[in-house]
Amino acid sequence: MHVKMVVGRYAPDRKLDGELGAPYPPPYADKPRKTYQTFEIDLHDEAMVLDGLIHIREHVDESLVVRCSCRCAICGSCAMWINGHAKLACTTKMKDVIENGAVRVEAPPSMMPVRDLVWDMGPFMEKMRSVKPWLEGKPVSPDEEYRVPNEAMDELVQEVSCISCGACLMDCESYAVNDKFLGPHALARAYRYANDPRDSMQQERLKEYSDPNGVWDCTHCYECVHVCPKGVAPLEQILKIRQMSVAAGYTNNAGTRHALAFAESVRDSGRLNELTLMPKSLGLFNIKAQLQSLPSAFNLLRAGKLPPIIHHKIPGVTRVKAIFKKVGGPLT
Amino acid sequence: MIIDYDVLVLGAGLAGMRAALEAKRRGASVGVISKVHPLRSHSGAAEGGINAALDPGDSWEIHAFDTIKGSDYLADQDAVEIMCREAPRDLIEMEHMGVVFFRGPDGKLGTRAFGGASKARTYFVADITGQALLNALYDTILKEGVKTHDEWFATALYVPDGTCRGAVAIDMLRGELHLLRAKAVILAAGGMGRVYEPSTNALICTGDGHALAYRAGAPLMDMEMVQYHPTTLKGTGFLMTEGARGEGAYLTNKDGERFMQRYAPKMMELASRDVVSRSETIELAEGRGVDGCVFLDLRHLGAELIHKKLPQIHEIALNFLGLDMVEVPIPIRPGMHYIMGGVKTDPDGATPLAGLYAAGECACVSVHGGNRLGANSLLDTLVFGRRAGAHSADYVKSVKPLTTGEEFLKSEQQRIQALLDRPYKGETHARLRLELGTLMDEKVGVYRDEAGLEDALAKVRAIRTRARSVSVQDKGRIYNQALLFALELDYMIDCAEATIMSAIERKESRGAQARSDYPKRDDANWLKHILVTQTPGADPKISYLPVTITKWQPMERTY
Ligand SMILES: Cc1cc2nc3c(=O)[nH]c(=O)nc-3n(C[C@H](O)[C@H](O)[C@H](O)COP(=O)(O)OP(=O)(O)OC[C@H]3O[C@@H](n4cnc5c(N)ncnc54)[C@H](O)[C@@H]3O)c2cc1C
Ligand code: SF4
Ligand code: SF4
Ligand code: FES
Repeated sequence: MHVKMVVGRYAPDRKLDGELGAPYPPPYADKPRKTYQTFEIDLHDEAMVLDGLIHIREHVDESLVVRCSCRCAICGSCAMWINGHAKLACTTKMKDVIENGAVRVEAPPSMMPVRDLVWDMGPFMEKMRSVKPWLEGKPVSPDEEYRVPNEAMDELVQEVSCISCGACLMDCESYAVNDKFLGPHALARAYRYANDPRDSMQQERLKEYSDPNGVWDCTHCYECVHVCPKGVAPLEQILKIRQMSVAAGYTNNAGTRHALAFAESVRDSGRLNELTLMPKSLGLFNIKAQLQSLPSAFNLLRAGKLPPIIHHKIPGVTRVKAIFKKVGGPLT
Repeated sequence: MIIDYDVLVLGAGLAGMRAALEAKRRGASVGVISKVHPLRSHSGAAEGGINAALDPGDSWEIHAFDTIKGSDYLADQDAVEIMCREAPRDLIEMEHMGVVFFRGPDGKLGTRAFGGASKARTYFVADITGQALLNALYDTILKEGVKTHDEWFATALYVPDGTCRGAVAIDMLRGELHLLRAKAVILAAGGMGRVYEPSTNALICTGDGHALAYRAGAPLMDMEMVQYHPTTLKGTGFLMTEGARGEGAYLTNKDGERFMQRYAPKMMELASRDVVSRSETIELAEGRGVDGCVFLDLRHLGAELIHKKLPQIHEIALNFLGLDMVEVPIPIRPGMHYIMGGVKTDPDGATPLAGLYAAGECACVSVHGGNRLGANSLLDTLVFGRRAGAHSADYVKSVKPLTTGEEFLKSEQQRIQALLDRPYKGETHARLRLELGTLMDEKVGVYRDEAGLEDALAKVRAIRTRARSVSVQDKGRIYNQALLFALELDYMIDCAEATIMSAIERKESRGAQARSDYPKRDDANWLKHILVTQTPGADPKISYLPVTITKWQPMERTY
C-alpha cells in the first residue's frame, strides 16, 4: 500500500520546512504555527497509522517525534488528530482513513503543542487530579476486603477501562469554548469514584461535580462517546452524575435549574419558553449574572433572533402533562 | 539543576509507585522519575491477574510450593516464603485503594485458575488487572502527594565513593539534564522485553534499570532465565493472556489435536509456561503447525464469556489479524515475555551496592528462579516494592546529605552532548535494534546450544562496536526521542550480553534455560545462581551464589 502521510510538525526551538498550518486557538494563540510535511511511504495492507509513523521515524526522518509504547490501545500514549478527529494511531487502520491516497496526522489544536505529535498532558492530567480521583474509603478492617456485590464492581469496569489517552478532551465541544470545563475524561473518573459503594465522600463529590465547569457544562455533543477507543462513554457517566446529584438534592446550580426550567416550560405549555429559561437557569435573584447576559440578549434582538414576547401553549398540552405524570419524577 | 530527596525512585510502574508510597508513609521525602507518564508504564498491560493465597482452602505454603516447583527449584525459598505469606495483605491493601476486583457471590474477592498453580488463587479485574492496579496506585500517590517527574529519562546512577547517591536524568519536555541527589535510590525500571524481537513487551521495556545498575557495579543474577509466553499473537507478538486458558481455552495443532496431552497430561494447557512453550516449539519443529504457529481455541467458551471476561484479547485479535475468536481458533506462538533475572537484591530490595535498591521486574530477589508463574509478577512488584520502600526509608535516616555532584552532572552533560555531536556514518539505532532483537530470538530463545550462544555473543559484541558510531540525527533539544533511542540501545546491548554469558555458563536445562546440548537438569553442579558483574576494561565477571533451600527439597518436575 502506498500512502502519503501529511504530518503536522512542530518544534518550538527551530524553524521547520513545510506548509504553514493555521494559528493555534486561545490559550495557545502565541505559540509558533505548525508546518505540514508530506512523507510518501509503502506499508503492508493491514498497517496501522502508527506503523506508518514508526516507519518514518526509523527509516526516513529520525527527528519525527511520536509518543507510543504498547501498540495496542493499552498505554494511552498515541492519541492524536487523524484527518481532523481524535484517534489512537496504534489501532486505526491506515486503509480505513486514507482519503485520495493521503492521510493527515497532527497533534490536536486543542492541546498545547510540545513537539510534532506530542502535546502537553499537564492540563489534561490536572483536570483529572482536581476531581479527587481516589477512594476515600469507608471504615473497614485492615485484614479484610470490603464486601460488595460483584455487580457494583462490574458497573465500574467500564470507567476503569479508561486509558487516559485524552482523545475525548481533544474533541470535546464544551472544552473548545471553555478551557476550565473539567471535561469528559475527568468526569468519567469522577463517576467511577462517586458510584463506588466503598467510598465515603459521595455527597461531597456530587456537590462538587455539580459546580460550574462540572457536569452541567457538558453540551451533549456526543464527541467523547464517539472518539473513545475503550468504550468508556464519558457522556453517559456525566448524565449518571447529574441524575445522582439531583436525586441527592444538589439542585441549587445553573445546570439543574436550567434542566428543571426547561422541563417545567414543556410541561406547562408544551414548548420551550426561551425568555424565561435564561433567568430561571441563572437563578431569579441572581441579578449580577442576569445583567451579564444582557449584551447577548441585545445581540439576539438586533439579529431578529429573540423569541416572541408572548409565549403560546400548544394545542393539547394536557396530553403533555399526562406524559409527565406517567414518567414520574420531581415535576409531576 | 540539582534536586534533593531522601529516596529517589526510578520508575513509576507498580513496583516504583508502591515503593514510593511506602517510603513517603514512613516519613522520607520521595521523588519519582519515569520516562513515560506513570499511567503509561508497562504494568498497565498485565491482563490476567495477581496471585495470593487468600482462600481458606488455600495456604501460603501451597502457593510457595507451586512457585518453587514452577521456578524449577532455582528460586530462593526464604524470599518465596516472604512473598507468599505477605501476598494476602498486599492484595487486600490494593482492594482498599479502590481496585474493582471480581467478587464471588458472597461479595468477597473471587478467583480464576492460572497456569502452574494447584489452586485457583488469581485475583483479577476483567482482563485489565494491571491497568486497574496501576490506576489505583497512581490515584493513591496523587492523594498522598508523592512528587513525580514525568517524562524524565535516567542516563546514569550517581555513585560517589561506592554508595549510590542519586541519578542524572533528562527532562524530556525541556531537554535539560538534572542531578537528582538522594540518600538512597530504588530502581524500578521494569523489564527488558525489547532486547528480543518480537516480544509481548511495550516499546519502552529496554532494560534501562538492569543496565544502569550493571554499569554502577551491581551484579545481575539469573539473566539466562528469559520467559517465553506460550500464547503470543502471530505477527505482532501481542500477548493473549493466560487467563484465556484459565477460563478453559484449548491449545491445538494443525490437526486440531490438543497436543498438551502428550506433554503434560495432568495439567494440560495449564502446565507452567516453560513447559507449554517447549511443547509448542516441538510441535512446530515436527511440522504440526501452520505458518510457524499453533492455535488457541476459545470457541467452546461461547461469545458471552469471551466478551465479558476476555474483551481485550478479543479486540486485539480482531484488530490486528481480523479474526474473531468466537468463531475461529487464533494462531499463536511462543514469544519473549518476561525476564526472571535482574539486579540481585535481598528480600528487602537492597542490592550489594550500598544505597541502591531494586524492585519489580528489573530486580531478582529471586522468587521466580528459572520460570515465573503467571500472576506472580504483579505480586512481586507490590510485595518487594513495598519492602524496598520501607527499608530504604529506614536506611536513609542514618545517611548524611551530600553537597557534591556538580562535577558528575557536568560530565554526564558532556557525554550526552558528545553523542549528539557525533557525525552521521550510516549506522542507525533502529537497524541495530532490529538486528539485536532478531538475533536474540533466534539464538537465545526457547532452545539454546553452545554454538548458537557463542555465535550470538560474538555478534552482540560486534553490535556494541557498531553502536559506538550511531549518530543522533535530531539535533533539537525538546523531546529528542532519537537521543533516547540511542541511549536505550546501549542499555539493551548490556542486557543481551549478560543474558548470553549466563546462558553459556549454565550447562544444564532448568526452567526457561533449555539447552539442547545439556537436556537434563543437573542439581549436583548447577543448583546455584549465576551472577554477572561488569568490570572496567575487561570482560564481565561470572560468579555464583547458592540457592537458599528451606523446606522444599528439589524434586523432579512433572505437570
Ligand atoms: C503483556 C503482558 C501481560 C502481563 N500480564 C501479567 C499478569 O497477568 N500477571 C502478572 O503477575 N504479571 C503480568 N505481566 C508481567 C508484569 O506486568 C510486569 O512484570 C510488571 O508489571 C513489571 O512492573 P514494574 O513496576 O517492575 O515495571 P513497569 O511497570 O514496566 O514500570 C517501569 C517503569 O520504569 C520507568 N523507566 C524505565 N526506564 C527508565 C529510565 N531510563 N528513566 C526513567 N524511568 C524509566 C518507566 O517509565 C516505568 O514507569 C505481564 C507482562 C506483559 C508484557
Ligand atoms: S458530550 Fe459533553 S463531555 Fe462529551 S465531548 Fe460533548 S460536551 Fe464534551
Ligand atoms: S474516556 Fe476514553 S477517550 Fe477519554 S481518556 Fe479515557 S479512554 Fe481516552
Ligand atoms: S501506543 Fe499505546 S495506546 Fe497507542
